Parts: sequence; structure tokens; C-alpha cells
Amino acid sequence: MDTTVTHNNAEGKTWDGGNEPLRASYGKMMMWFFIVSDALTFSGFLAAYGFSRFKFIDAWPIADEVFTHVPFIHGNFPMIYVAIMTFVLIMSSVTMVLAVDAGHKLKHKSVAFYMFLTIIGGIIFVGSQGWEWATFIKGDYGAVETKGGKILQFVDTEGNRLGLADFAIPQVTDREQHLSKNGIWYDSEGAATTFSIEEVKAGFKATPNALIRTQILTESGEKTVLSREASLEKLEKDGKLVVEGANLRHNEYGAPLFADFFFFITGFHGFHVFSGILINIIIFFNVVLGTYERRGHYEMVEKVGLYWHFVDLVWVFVFTFFYLV
Amino acid sequence: MAHEHKLAIFRGTLKFKNNIQKIWGVLIFLTLVTAVEVVLGIYKPAFLLENKFLTMKYLNWIFIILTIVKAYYITWDFMHMRDEVKGLRRAVVWTAIFLICYLVFILLTEGDYIFDVYNEGFQSWDF
Repeated sequence: MDTTVTHNNAEGKTWDGGNEPLRASYGKMMMWFFIVSDALTFSGFLAAYGFSRFKFIDAWPIADEVFTHVPFIHGNFPMIYVAIMTFVLIMSSVTMVLAVDAGHKLKHKSVAFYMFLTIIGGIIFVGSQGWEWATFIKGDYGAVETKGGKILQFVDTEGNRLGLADFAIPQVTDREQHLSKNGIWYDSEGAATTFSIEEVKAGFKATPNALIRTQILTESGEKTVLSREASLEKLEKDGKLVVEGANLRHNEYGAPLFADFFFFITGFHGFHVFSGILINIIIFFNVVLGTYERRGHYEMVEKVGLYWHFVDLVWVFVFTFFYLV
Repeated sequence: MAHEHKLAIFRGTLKFKNNIQKIWGVLIFLTLVTAVEVVLGIYKPAFLLENKFLTMKYLNWIFIILTIVKAYYITWDFMHMRDEVKGLRRAVVWTAIFLICYLVFILLTEGDYIFDVYNEGFQSWDF
């Protein structure tokens, strides 16, 4: 590795990496500059999220209503799961600093141990994010999309959310899925939703306490609930498509852009965590094999440590802008 | 590679005996900050939602400031920025902060403008 060469042969030379500008080794400084550029990439994404959100500032989904699930427990727990995820990532950051610290003291075994814990923490985090994605994609209540692409959700008169299954009336129809072999064009339709729009409309008419909740936020930051008459008219006139869960085109929680940015930003971050885990595994094996012990210093651990903390740092911002603000 | 670690945080009011203690101290602090954020996020106190400063709710100001506080301690103590020379620190931090503020300012202003266009135009978007 270059750093070894640097420390063995180039001492005292101005070029060839012998000189350490800013008193940081070449590798560490380059890692810092990579982090700056990566930070700018992430802030580009987050700023674009802010742009889209400001564009639809009066109709953006409320994160507390979107992410409410905790694995193995039923009920409504906004924020709890993501708080646990955040804690796991901060914790794996701590084991990483402990590994770096042990590296400074040349404690071979504890570097390996702390690297191992860091890898475990990273794996738990990526797994949790996978679960979060799966829950988001699956959705919970279901909604109706209008011709203009707005989302109508359903509540009862007390303001509790109604799922489509709570009121839709199943009807017997000869609905066949369109397959690519039957059409002129080679495209087939995606999976059909549990209920058709007619079933939802019929069920809504037959349920006197069902109301529609639009995307528009009131002064106090809650979603507008329409009166029964307005609800009936709105659903009949504008309702077009049943939406269950979220994907890149439709999102039962509100603006599709919310889902797009959620998938893109947390996906890009998750990919960083994933590659961080891979790099950590490589370094872990190098530590175990004694590569750095022979080299006489654990600077590689410090460099991947910088990357790993950066991933944690980005998550702190993603957490704020997706879940809190 | 024997670095000297600077062991004091909070502008020197809290000093740790060694680096490992400082790491745990920072972890406790970060956990506390996150806990405060989560509690505020769940309960959303009404007076923080009603009052605004520079068109943003107090609650959002608190969230963003606490985030920057967390980012500071992650960078300074976990990434050892505290121990680097001033030149490296400024090259990294000032560059990023300047460019990010600039980008955020431009995009949010533009987003707000487009909101106004949608909102005040004669075309209704809710159909």
C-alpha cells in the first residue's frame, strides 16, 4: 500500500508523499476531501428534497403518519423505530472510534474486536432500513388517487383512519389481469390492487360515517377533512385509482415525490452503509491477518473510520429532514 | 502515530481523563440530544408549533440546530477534527458549509417561488 511506502522510503523528501501538508498523511487528507465531495452530493439530494417540499409546502405528507411501525409490535408508534436505528448507527460509530483508539495503542486484538462490532452494527442498520422500506412499500390503509394525481385518504367522523378493507364492498366481476402475450404491445399490467375503484366508491357511499381527508394541510399542520357531502362529491367526480402502499409512481401517503426522494436518499445512504460494511470487512481481515501490525501503524483503520463516521453524519441529517422537520 | 488528543469538550468546561472516556461522554451527549429530538417529535408541543421565527416554526429551528450540534460532535470528536491542524479543518468545514448554504438558499427560494405560482395562478391543481 502507498502509505507503507510513504512511511518507509519517502521520509524527508518534499515530493513522493514525504511531505505532509496540513500535518495529515496523504491518504487521510484525500479521505477528507472525498468526504467533502460526498457531503456535497448528499446535500444536493437533501436540498432537492427541500425544493420539492417547498413547492408543495401545503400538501406534504406528515412523517409521523407515514412511519409508525415497529417490528413484532402492533400499534401506532411514530419515530420509535427510526430512533432505534439512529442509535444503532451512532453506537457503531462509537465502536469504530474505539477501534481507532486501540489502533493508536497498537492493541491488535481489541482493534479486531471493535471492528467486528462495527460491522455487526452496520448490518443491523441496513437490515432495519430494508424492513422500513418493505413496510413503506406495503403501505397500511390504502387511498384513492384523483385524476390530478392528488391523494384522498379515508377517516371516520372521529378522525380515525379507515383502511380500504374497512368499508369497500367486494363485487363479483370478471376482471382478468392483462398479460403481455394478450396485447399488441409488450407491456403487462402490474399486480391489481385488493379492491377496485368501483368497490371503494360503492363502499364509501354505503358507510355514513366515512369522510375524505385531502392532502392539504390546515394552519395547525393537520390534513383537511371534508364534510360528508363534499367527500361524496369529491370521490365520485375525481377519484380515479386505488393506491396501496408506495412506489416510484404512486404513494398512498401523499405526493409521489415524497416516496421518490425517500427511496433515493435513504437508498443512496443505505448503499453507503453497505459499501462501508464491505470496506470494514476487508480492513477487519487485514487486522486479523496482522497486516497493520507488521506495518507498524493502524492508519487504514483510521481512514475507514472517517468514512464510517461520515455515513453516520449523513444519517443524522436524513433523520432530521425526513422524520422530524 | 502517537497523537495528542484534545480531551476537553463544551469549550473546555468538560474535561475527560483519556480518549476512551471522551468517546463515551460524547456518545451520552449524542444520545441525549437524539432523545430530546424524538420526544419533541412525538409530542410536538403546541407553543413551538404556533410561533415562528423567520417564517419557520420554533420546533423546526430546534430540530435543525440540534442536528448541527450533533454533526459538530461527530465530526470533532469521532472524526478527530478537533485534533487536526487549523488549515485542514477550515479547508474541509468552511468549503462544505459555504457551498451547502448557498445551494440550500437557492433551491428553497426557487421552491417557494414555484409554490406561489401554483398557489396564485388561475389554474386549479386540485382535481
